[in-house]
Amino acid sequence: MEINVVCYLMVAAVMLFAGVYGFFTRRNLLATLISVELMLNAANINFAVFNRYLFPGVLEGHFFTLFGIAISAAETAVAIAIMINVYRNVRNIQTDDISDLKG
Amino acid sequence: MEEITLQQVIFGIVALMMMVCSVLAVTSGKILRAATALLLVLFGTAVCYFILGYTYLGAVQLSVYAGGIVVLYVFSILLTRSDKNMNERIPRGRWFAALATTVAGFVLVAFLLLSHGFALGGIPALEELAPGVVGEALIGTGKYQFVLPFEAVSVLLLACMIGAIMIARKH
Repeated sequence: MEINVVCYLMVAAVMLFAGVYGFFTRRNLLATLISVELMLNAANINFAVFNRYLFPGVLEGHFFTLFGIAISAAETAVAIAIMINVYRNVRNIQTDDISDLKG
Repeated sequence: MEEITLQQVIFGIVALMMMVCSVLAVTSGKILRAATALLLVLFGTAVCYFILGYTYLGAVQLSVYAGGIVVLYVFSILLTRSDKNMNERIPRGRWFAALATTVAGFVLVAFLLLSHGFALGGIPALEELAPGVVGEALIGTGKYQFVLPFEAVSVLLLACMIGAIMIARKH
């Protein structure tokens, strides 16, 4: 029994645009990072689904997703390290308060 | 009339959960709730990979994302006291612009997906991809094999680990 491709893609689209909305409206840096994770996840689902749907014999999309997961883990670790350092210096991680690099 | 299989029921429940939780993750006022919603979305993604037959990918998703990254989030939320200062007062005009952009983009993408004919087929559920195939492709050096990206990612992870320690270290 089959599950339609559009179902997967619509779920991924909802996730992607929820992430876009959060990226625009959130003030806290960690909440922004959560939105970025949502967008990355939507892209990963699309890679896996299109690989499965169009070329079930090869594994390119599968490995794109695998490396995407690894890279987003690295990105999260570095971003959280930066945020902890910012918190140590500014005592806050709201995006408006971080303006020291402005000229 | 085709009968509805168990996979379709599970996929329907999980898809609904993922959509609701991804909206909750960006609208919730408490950041710990947002992180919990993100965790549920990541679980749902893993279930999607399992239903697609990519069981190895689902296991990686569970262990790396749900096991590693969410724990990192929760610890850093507690370390930076983000739950205390989530005052999300943004100007009404900007909020409206963000909402309009999001809705317009989603409507455009949904229209393209539903109107275009390329994505109308189905994916047979639960034809599992053997982990041995994944392992051979991951460390093979031939055509359509991925040892070079694998090594590059390992070097990248090492660099990120050193960078994260250097940045977060107390001076």
